[in-house]
Amino acid sequence: MVTQTTAETETLWPRIERLLPGVSKPARYIGGELGAQYPEHGPGRVAWLLVYPDTYEIGLPNQGLQILYEILNERTNAVAERAYAPWVDMEAAMRAAGVPLFSVEQHLPAGAFDVVAFNLSAELVYTNVLNLIDLAGIPLHASARGGADALVVAGGHCAFNPEPLADYVDAFVLGDGEEAVGEINDVLAGWLGAGEGRPGEPEARDRGEVLRALARLEGVYVPSLYAPAYAEGRLVSTTPVDPSAPAAVTKRTVADLADWPYPARPLVPLTEVVHDRLNVEVFRGCTRGCRFCQAGMITRPVRERPADQVRAMVRQGLEWSGQDEVALTSLSTADFSGIEDTVRDIVDDPDLGGRVSVSLPSLRVDAFTVGTAAEIQKVRRTGLTFAPEGGTWRMRRVINKLITEEDLYGAVDAAFSQGWRRVKLYFLIGLPTERDEDVLGIAELGARCVEIGRRSHKSVTVVASVGGFVPKAHTPFQWFGQDTAPELERKVALLRAEARGTKGLVIRWHDPSASVAEALASRGDRRMGAVIERVWRAGGTFQEWSERFDLALWTDALAAEGLSLDEVCHRTRDEYEALPWDHISAGLHRDFLWGDWQDALAGAEAEAVEDCRWTPCYDCGACTGFGLEHVVASPVPPAGGSQGTGQDLHDGGRVPVQLVGRAG
Amino acid sequence: MRLRFAKLGKVRFTSHRDVARMWERALRRSRLPMAYSQGFAPHPLVSFGLALPTGCESLGEYLDVRLDEPRHGETPVAELPGVLSLLLPEGIDVEAAAFVPEAEGSLQQEVASCDWVLEVLGVPDEELQERVEQVLSAPTLKVRRQRKGRQVEDDIRPAIRTLVVTEPRGHLRAELATHPRGVRPADLVAALGTGAVPGWAQRTHQWIERDGARFEPLTVSGPVTATAATQHARSTFLNVRNGSQPVPGGAPAGRGRGR
Repeated sequence: MVTQTTAETETLWPRIERLLPGVSKPARYIGGELGAQYPEHGPGRVAWLLVYPDTYEIGLPNQGLQILYEILNERTNAVAERAYAPWVDMEAAMRAAGVPLFSVEQHLPAGAFDVVAFNLSAELVYTNVLNLIDLAGIPLHASARGGADALVVAGGHCAFNPEPLADYVDAFVLGDGEEAVGEINDVLAGWLGAGEGRPGEPEARDRGEVLRALARLEGVYVPSLYAPAYAEGRLVSTTPVDPSAPAAVTKRTVADLADWPYPARPLVPLTEVVHDRLNVEVFRGCTRGCRFCQAGMITRPVRERPADQVRAMVRQGLEWSGQDEVALTSLSTADFSGIEDTVRDIVDDPDLGGRVSVSLPSLRVDAFTVGTAAEIQKVRRTGLTFAPEGGTWRMRRVINKLITEEDLYGAVDAAFSQGWRRVKLYFLIGLPTERDEDVLGIAELGARCVEIGRRSHKSVTVVASVGGFVPKAHTPFQWFGQDTAPELERKVALLRAEARGTKGLVIRWHDPSASVAEALASRGDRRMGAVIERVWRAGGTFQEWSERFDLALWTDALAAEGLSLDEVCHRTRDEYEALPWDHISAGLHRDFLWGDWQDALAGAEAEAVEDCRWTPCYDCGACTGFGLEHVVASPVPPAGGSQGTGQDLHDGGRVPVQLVGRAG
Repeated sequence: MRLRFAKLGKVRFTSHRDVARMWERALRRSRLPMAYSQGFAPHPLVSFGLALPTGCESLGEYLDVRLDEPRHGETPVAELPGVLSLLLPEGIDVEAAAFVPEAEGSLQQEVASCDWVLEVLGVPDEELQERVEQVLSAPTLKVRRQRKGRQVEDDIRPAIRTLVVTEPRGHLRAELATHPRGVRPADLVAALGTGAVPGWAQRTHQWIERDGARFEPLTVSGPVTATAATQHARSTFLNVRNGSQPVPGGAPAGRGRGR
């Protein structure tokens, strides 16, 4: 801590300890994880509180947060601790006892930190973000903060439409944070250090000065230096109002994951969390080109970790943690070009005692991949999950999820014949150009999968999990008007009726009104902030928890702000309408996205966008814009998985690929 | 092989299941030659003693671990408490390890009673003695509890073997039987009547009774007193504030202080 008094850095633990016997799951609040760090705060060290705005068990495994935690604590001029959203009962107890948001390591109050940094992985946590800013004792609105208040920053996928939180967050970081976090830290260290010993500090510090300095960093968006303009109730532009702010802010991209083997000491919690296993990220980015998928679009290009480094991180991580399961994480993990050799080496590693399970959380839909999964999972899980996303081939052409029925049935047959009795299929409904027959197609696919399963077992379960589609920023579907909640409900009912006759087929669905609220938070412009604030003030925290979600909170707030669901969510935009994220760039050309959107609307005749690691470039802009190319671990494409693209990858290795030299 | 450990400080807010998982990870990291179950999903053969209610401390918890072909001479039993303590989270301190005969029954079966020290909040000091006497003189003590999701009423009086007021102020010492049904400190405090709220609680001993004798499943060499252990727990935080960095095992230097 650079300037705060020591009184503020005293632990709150004795006060917190008294609250814990009265709350559910008290282990959420004690910290003590393997890998937790207890840094010494002091002059010249910028103190970061890294906050995941959901419960401990959901937030703890977050890899982005763990990576930044290690990188910051390795610096001599930074310290970092973590905080998570206290559950409703704990928050009430904290507010009643006057206990602010605290770090889980040393149980220091949020006021002891110079920066409060949020991970934004889902839009429905936005009300929690406001709640946590308030619980931290920081003025809610960025405009009301002074030189002594902590800086509120945010990063993560949702930052690609930062506008709904623009009034509450001082600075957003776009894209990969590994490099940017150090640069931000150095700017802050200079600013905080300059105030040392001056009379009247820290109140007299000029907050504008540090915000302008941050805005000059690549990938950092300072919303207070931009002004939106509206005409006839609609956004027409968002432009800088300060010379330090660029017209558009472009995301950061780490060129080579090999330079960042983090987390090196992954956190192992004392209590149960959602993913109780070691996670090793094998690549970032995805080139499958699924048009609905924001993650795939904004994380391009593909950067694979060298296979040797993957193996080393797995071995070291398991030895460190004592866990018996490792997940190789990425989008579409089976697309890692060294996947087979890598997983086999892990499974056969004598140092690991042969008792290690490898899981590929994101399975590609084909028999080959299932074969690999069967081979490597020492402990057979209850089910396998595939994501065909669309119920008919036409629908899947539209969304460019190019899985043929042959691919799917082959994968399902492989799964059932190799011992699994339960297969889960993910689908989206409410997709562009969707007809009722596409929805009914889900039941048909499901029924066929049950039939295939009966060849291997007397009784099988196929769960078709159906989610309402939410159009996201920086995707070809960003212009699309979302289905209304009643329309989504109608489609769910249609599907349920169709599936009712099929024994063994179970339809699960997400609350359509939650999809609509998610669209509000993910597509809204700066005016959405006041709506989120109203929802929070009405008690609407933890909105991604179904027992806490209430659409009426959102529609009431919208009405009070003179906005509507139709305007924000359900309206299809034209080519020339200003989008709230036009001044934010994920590197993708707007022309490419619009062209791809038009291609999608061609339906069954839609042009397929193939995996561009192994085909000529579609010029989306992600590589060329950053002077990068896809980085692959092996020049041999993984075998299997044509995914209907027409690429013959069954044998692997036939497609000529040039290996890109690693930087450094 | 039987292990005895203490659960003190912040880690007391973890559950019995959480502690089981900590042990599984620590045992894997220790590279002890664990025996695994046969079958589709082999798991290490570890059995835990009586569950400790979440939020309570303990000076004597136990688990039995089956080792693969244990060649007694080769397993460094004497070093195990130190090594395992380093591999376990702060606040879980392994106090003793020893081979026990296979013939011995399970810990859950064998332990007949537990000693507790517990803090009672919400009752004036001068009243505490009187309330304790009321409890002891009552023929039955009905307490409402949740069991398997249902509200039930149990008579806990037969399980209260001893109950006395002790130092420091507001604390009781109790011996509670575990059969046919265990009594948790919170149940006992509830029986003390209006206003009584459970505070800090610590299990100090577990007792096995056999042939008229009473002994612990595993004894610790050297004195372990409630006071010393409490000091240790209270000093846990100071270790951290003194700036000591955790060693790679996750345990801060200076652990075990006060013992």
